[in-house]
Amino acid sequence: MNKSIGLISLSALALVVMLGSCRPKNTANAVSGDAASKVYVAPGKFDELYNFVSGGFSGQMSVYGLPSGRLLRVIPIFSVDPEKGWGYSEETKPMLNTSHGFVPWDDLHHVQLSKTNGEQDGRWVFGNANNTPRVARIDLKTFRTAEIIELPNSAGNHSSPFITENTEYVVAGTRFSVPPDDVNGDVAISSYKKNFKGTLSFISVGKEDGKMDIAFQIQCPGVNFDLSRAGKGKSHGWFFFSCYNTEQANTLLEVNASQKDKDFVMAVNWKKAEEYIKAGKGKKQAVRYAHNTYSDITHSATSEIKTEVTVLDSKEFADICYFIPCPKSPHGCDVDPTGEYIVGSGKLAALIPVFSFDKIQKAIADKAYDGDYEGIPVIKYEAALYGEVKKPGLGPLHTEFDAKGNAYTSMFVSSEIVKWNIKDLKVLDRAPTYYSVGHLCVPGGDAKTPYGKYLIAYNKITKDRYLPTGPELAQSAQLYDISGDKMQMILDFPTIGEPHYAQAAPADLIRNNGQVKIFKIEDNKHPYVTKGESDSKVVREGNKVHVYMTAIRSHFSPDNIEGVKMGDEVYFHITNLEQDWDVPHGFAVKGASNAELLIMPGETSTLKWTPDKVGMFPIYCTDFCSALHQEMQGYVRVSPAGSNVPLTFSLNKPE
Amino acid sequence: MKKNISIAIIILGASLLYACGGSTSTTPATTSTSSYDPNRGEGKFNQENVTVAATLDATMATTGEAIAGTKCTSCHKLTGEKLVGPGWKAVTERRRPEWIMNFITNPDPMIDKDPAVQASLELCLVRMPNQSLSDVDARNVLEFMRKNDGIK
Repeated sequence: MNKSIGLISLSALALVVMLGSCRPKNTANAVSGDAASKVYVAPGKFDELYNFVSGGFSGQMSVYGLPSGRLLRVIPIFSVDPEKGWGYSEETKPMLNTSHGFVPWDDLHHVQLSKTNGEQDGRWVFGNANNTPRVARIDLKTFRTAEIIELPNSAGNHSSPFITENTEYVVAGTRFSVPPDDVNGDVAISSYKKNFKGTLSFISVGKEDGKMDIAFQIQCPGVNFDLSRAGKGKSHGWFFFSCYNTEQANTLLEVNASQKDKDFVMAVNWKKAEEYIKAGKGKKQAVRYAHNTYSDITHSATSEIKTEVTVLDSKEFADICYFIPCPKSPHGCDVDPTGEYIVGSGKLAALIPVFSFDKIQKAIADKAYDGDYEGIPVIKYEAALYGEVKKPGLGPLHTEFDAKGNAYTSMFVSSEIVKWNIKDLKVLDRAPTYYSVGHLCVPGGDAKTPYGKYLIAYNKITKDRYLPTGPELAQSAQLYDISGDKMQMILDFPTIGEPHYAQAAPADLIRNNGQVKIFKIEDNKHPYVTKGESDSKVVREGNKVHVYMTAIRSHFSPDNIEGVKMGDEVYFHITNLEQDWDVPHGFAVKGASNAELLIMPGETSTLKWTPDKVGMFPIYCTDFCSALHQEMQGYVRVSPAGSNVPLTFSLNKPE
Repeated sequence: MKKNISIAIIILGASLLYACGGSTSTTPATTSTSSYDPNRGEGKFNQENVTVAATLDATMATTGEAIAGTKCTSCHKLTGEKLVGPGWKAVTERRRPEWIMNFITNPDPMIDKDPAVQASLELCLVRMPNQSLSDVDARNVLEFMRKNDGIK
């Protein structure tokens, strides 16, 4: 009886809460009340936002729908992906070429959506490779990696790929200072202070085509450049980098790089640097780096090794770089929507310093310096400081912004998000995270006009949030509603790899950007395209066997091939003749030491196969394509070297 | 007890409906099959905007043959024999020009509605894919079909 009364009252309570939900005033108790309705996206309905999430040590980028937290796609970028043939097909292998040769893995930390006038424009998303320093551009019409550029003079490409307000530049600052590439790096590690340098790369981005090029680099003292953000609005033309290990330690950094009370935020006047480059003041330096581009016309990537960069030495130019003291071991370095406030987050600091762009400019004009650091002026802390957020929590890492003048800072050690007002620096709210939050994302949170509404926390520890799966657990993201005065947790969702930074954009901005549904077969300029079954064939060139194959629901042409011999290299060039959205065909051959192909409509992809033994090798379509998908198969007969089995192929069409 | 639970559920259900103002479904009502014209098919083409001459346009037919080679003949033989789909021989005698034009540019709705296509699907078991033929492409393919059927 008590139970039933309870149920009825619960329902009545639900009625009250539900009524309130259509006229949100105070969302204070949402976790208990209407959290489910806030994140529920009914079958067949679309999410409100795309969320582009770094895949960390997976090397990829994942795309989620928000507020549902549904995984929409994993975009292969820096790591091979056998599911999509990425790094396995002949066409995509060059995308992973570097000055070290083919590198099949990396660690992607940060993402940046392209911007025009400081607002998201829905064209591209950039990602960084932390380990073998590179920056990638992903085309948001295809959700595929269009370009990857390697960074010379760099190691641990962490403060990357942050962009200026019109995507003029993507910036990449090196976390691990190293001896420059054009000098002998075979030196004692203890000679760090003398021989190691930090390098900031400014990669220009083509206004129309997005093509990347290293416009110039700035050589800086050997410290660790951690994160960065471009100025915007009034501070457009400037970049801000957080620096730690200004102690210049080279061993046990955990202790030795945590000695000073303040490290630095470095302000860089990149417009001024640009002027020096235009005036020919940069030095050409011999280096080697790969620049890889993918074409949707040839359906192939090309990799070019470039051999020169132009470098400005920060010491030689008095008005490019300025250090600003920042307590203590700063990590995040975030610029508010107006461009006036720069928030430094010292991992070991008990406060959050907020610097003022106007005050920085005045300090530079007044030369309000505390000496210099390796030839770079150090602005007096108080001369640059707008104010400090007192006792925000423990271990501040990153800050994002809403459109109402509020900032949200992640607190790693105290596992919470702290909301504070930028103007009066007062803490307004705290919300716990589960557990140990790293990056935050507010949709449009680094744009001039943030979209706001939600905040996502990307956590480092998952522990007990999901069903256990052995020692390794899914990484956890948590969604908060920030539309009211109080933050409200409304969803947990697991992510791939380790999520670091992420960005989100309104769904319409991207889904209406001219999404590619098929590649037009008429436009296919792949050198081995087969535009119709009547052109399908098998051609022997010495020990290379080129198979010009077509795929359409549901057969390959040719499907049976004889006359392949041991010692041959077989190239299956498969053209998907379909011209309908969402009809890829897959291709696999028994014993192949690489992966499958997944060929989009109108596309040509190539699988290289070196038969390892004599016998019969079936081929088949791996992506269920029609009711007769199981019939989409064929055989390749492999004969001994020197065999006189003639090269024949057929469809075995009934005559 | 059970009854009480049901009441509770009803109240809860009512509250859900009330709070969110009911459904605002935007799903278009499906065209009833009774309005489907099996002679014309469904799509943008009709007797007015598709005309064929008594004689063949050889240039169009040649263009159509090339398009068919890329997009059609993987599955359709030029004889009457079925491959993946039915053979093309005499198709222009069995079907009106506008039906062919509609079917090759707008196959999905017609596969769902056209009685003859549905019968064919039961034999072939592969839905004819939309091959993204432009209107001009489709007209050229039709001309090639006419050539294949002996129009001179």
